[in-house]
Amino acid sequence: MLRFATVRLLRALITILAVITFAFVVLRLSGDPAQVMLGPDVPQESVDAFRKAWGLDQPLWIQYLAYIRAIFTGDFGVSMRDKASAMQLVIERIPATLQLTIPALFLKVVIGIPAGVYAALHRQSAVDRGVILAAIFGFTIPSFVMGLLLVLIFSITLGLLPSGGQDTWQHGILPTLTMSIGGIGILARFSRSAMIEVMGQPYIRTASAKGMKWQDVVWKHALPNAAVPIVTIVGFMVGTLIAGAVVVESIFSWPGIGRLLVVSVSNRDLAVVQCILLMIAATMVVSNLIVDLLYGFLDPRLRAQSAH
Amino acid sequence: MVSNLVELRGLKVAFDGVQVLHGIDLEIGRGEAIGLVGESGCGKSVTWLAALGLLPGKATVTGSVRVDGQEILGQPRNVLEGVRGKRIAMIFQDPSSSLNPVLRVGRQITEALAIHRGLHGQAAKAEALRLLDMVGIPDARRRLELFPHEFSGGQCQRVMIAMALAGEPDLLVADEPTTALDATIQAQILDLLIGLRSETGMAMIFISHDLGAVSQVCERACVMYAGQVVEQGSIQALFDNPRHPYTRGLFDAIPRIDGPRQRLVPIPGTVPHPSDLPEGCAFSPRCSHVAIDCRTRRPELTAMDDGRRLSCHHPLGHHPEAHHPVDSTRPVEPRALEALS
Amino acid sequence: MTSPLIEARGLVRTYEVRQGMFGRMTPVRAVDGIDLKVMPGETLGVVGESGSGKSTLGRMLLGIDPPQDGQVIFDGKPMPKLGTREWRALRAKMQFVYQDPLAALDRRLTIAEQIGEPLAIHGLVPKQFQAARVAELMSAVGLRPDQAGRYPHELSGGQRQRAVIARALASRPKLLVCDEPVSALDVSIQAQVVNMLRDLQEENRIAMVFISHDLKVVRNVADRVAVMYLGRIVEEASSDVIFSTPLHPYTKALVSSVPVPGKLLKGRVILQGEPPNPARRPSGCAFHPRCPIAADICRTQVPQLLSVADGRTAACHMVAGVDQSVAA
Repeated sequence: MLRFATVRLLRALITILAVITFAFVVLRLSGDPAQVMLGPDVPQESVDAFRKAWGLDQPLWIQYLAYIRAIFTGDFGVSMRDKASAMQLVIERIPATLQLTIPALFLKVVIGIPAGVYAALHRQSAVDRGVILAAIFGFTIPSFVMGLLLVLIFSITLGLLPSGGQDTWQHGILPTLTMSIGGIGILARFSRSAMIEVMGQPYIRTASAKGMKWQDVVWKHALPNAAVPIVTIVGFMVGTLIAGAVVVESIFSWPGIGRLLVVSVSNRDLAVVQCILLMIAATMVVSNLIVDLLYGFLDPRLRAQSAH
Repeated sequence: MVSNLVELRGLKVAFDGVQVLHGIDLEIGRGEAIGLVGESGCGKSVTWLAALGLLPGKATVTGSVRVDGQEILGQPRNVLEGVRGKRIAMIFQDPSSSLNPVLRVGRQITEALAIHRGLHGQAAKAEALRLLDMVGIPDARRRLELFPHEFSGGQCQRVMIAMALAGEPDLLVADEPTTALDATIQAQILDLLIGLRSETGMAMIFISHDLGAVSQVCERACVMYAGQVVEQGSIQALFDNPRHPYTRGLFDAIPRIDGPRQRLVPIPGTVPHPSDLPEGCAFSPRCSHVAIDCRTRRPELTAMDDGRRLSCHHPLGHHPEAHHPVDSTRPVEPRALEALS
Repeated sequence: MTSPLIEARGLVRTYEVRQGMFGRMTPVRAVDGIDLKVMPGETLGVVGESGSGKSTLGRMLLGIDPPQDGQVIFDGKPMPKLGTREWRALRAKMQFVYQDPLAALDRRLTIAEQIGEPLAIHGLVPKQFQAARVAELMSAVGLRPDQAGRYPHELSGGQRQRAVIARALASRPKLLVCDEPVSALDVSIQAQVVNMLRDLQEENRIAMVFISHDLKVVRNVADRVAVMYLGRIVEEASSDVIFSTPLHPYTKALVSSVPVPGKLLKGRVILQGEPPNPARRPSGCAFHPRCPIAADICRTQVPQLLSVADGRTAACHMVAGVDQSVAA
């Protein structure tokens, strides 16, 4: 077990390091923060002074090493714009994002999985066709189109719900819906195909031949097997809890991490962007770890294999 | 006359409109062992999956299946569920994938005990242990807690048999139970099935392409071809004097392990696709004794004087000359067929 | 006396397998010191249960699986290394036919294209004669000319296996290694393919290694049979005597485990237990835990494959003992 855990942990660390490095390099290659922060008309001396102050005059690899060293001592840098701790800025925004993503995840799971499973058990029925159609509809329409569509219908035409801001709980409805529809479609489709696959397996025939009630065959024999692929998708969705709302937050002017990321990127606020990316990578890695552990719990064959 | 345990009458199955089973009639008496023999696609497995309602939804099943005189075909699901496992249990060809990979073996057995015998908790566990012991799984107490992938193929089949015995069925349908197993393990499983049958007195349907295995286990056999029974009778009668050319061909095609080494005698051609069955007798294009009427008239399964049933216009044996079979080396001219019609 | 076409000397193949969930890697000897010879035009049957190493042996004879120890000698020369140009050139002379013809065929190519492929690859036949040679091969394996344009999925299992065999024969090989070539086929079709293989072999004097778990088929195909158990040959003899008078207790059990149609099960030797996990090879004779006549020596000493009669060998302490006492 120890060896299994160490391998996974090391792999997680390497992933995070790769993300940090990638972000670091790309951000510095894609524009000069001094120019962006100070504007195009400032004198050269101010630009030089800004660069010196933030250490941007050093060679790239020295900046990189300094950055890595800082991270390991828990120093995630200071926002160039607000002069506040970058991590502090990011953490302040997390609750707002979670207010959208957690209800959205909840909707995806409680609608997507049952819809997919039901469709699989009633193949070729009207419900099945409806689910397939809705699923395709749900995940082929990009969220910005979906968001605007919902705004058009519920805010502009019907005038039922606000189209932006974070003042009341009604403000959260449209962004949450926008975010969940695609995921519901994906989960419905995956659950359907996982369930169809499992229902065709010989052991399901065995369970039926044993005289088990149909519902028991589905609940006790089929679902535990279909859970493995479904958990993979849900795990991926958990991984996007922090960062899954970039587009939606921008559309609905929701003051979450996503909006902060967009603003910080356009400002070349390096420390903040890096902080957010680090956070995203960490949640992804953690959710992957959880999924891996769940696999072993769900499927005894994988328990044996994961050690190989 | 003693009533039969199970009776199939005119059982027909079609998948998406393609008929794969063309009316099967079969009676199984109490405690009797019957072999269903034939090559892949002949419908021997489909017959029993259809009888127990285990085929996928796209299959259309018609005819009659009676258990102790009670019709079960087309009955509501709960009637079938009462028959499956309790009256008729079934084991399958690929034991390793026929057990649920994520459930402990013990639980898969106790489940059946709960359904059919109302046993729970320690009582169920004790009975499961007894069953595993009965099918020859050593160290059963520890192995109840294991998962199917921790068992070998032969042991998985033993577990399947234990599970099938849990409902104390009147009939065990064994669908190619030894095909996927190694030779020495095959012999063990055959031996086990024979022993269990004499111990419990249950009837058995033994589905296999292996005539050797069938003749170890059964008293009677049905030979099937292209979704029909072509010959049915006691093992002894079938082997000593096969009368349908397909039965005969099947015996001749098996390589022998004793006696002089000879060139094998294959049946020419291939099994027809169900959607493309020849007219008349389905075996006629491959038959060495084909006559003109075989190509136009489909033979019916008819009772013979010696107790067997046969579906052939020109059976072998007895008085072959009387039928004037067409010279097998010369195929029937299409023109001759036209002239006939 | 002619020299053997292919000869294996002390072949060993080991795989690393982990024991249990957190265990160490343990070497498993899939093939554990095998010597054999196949003469030109001769058929050697190899029988054994799953895990006996018979398939690994087949791949090693073709050089696909390199041995860790020992060597394969083909036509008097050591087998070149896998993937070298010499090895590829040699592959034209030795071909492989395995159980699943659908996996062996490319589903996007017609039967004729696949049969013609080796001709083009090895440059064996000038282009203008290729079509004629393909037609000749197809008729040799009993495929109809109108089937040339068919794709693998349009053929039956038996026809596919015929196509695979035709492709294997295209380069006029001297050796054919067949791994369970008819096991997936129905009895009536099996007999067709077995007869065809025998005819082809007799006409073209091809040597064959025929690997199968089906004793009945092996008996009808092979001139000589080697019985494998847990990576070793335990008995070898001509196929007439090995099935009628098996000497090794394992061979005896194998032969008596074959159900004979029309005969009831009586007086059969039914082996108890299962073949052991190759990673946990029993000490001494690997068969001793299942052997009905095992003695103390069997638990401690590995029996060597010794000549017990003219042209037959067996690896069993008990058999050797019987033989000596007879001789004495």
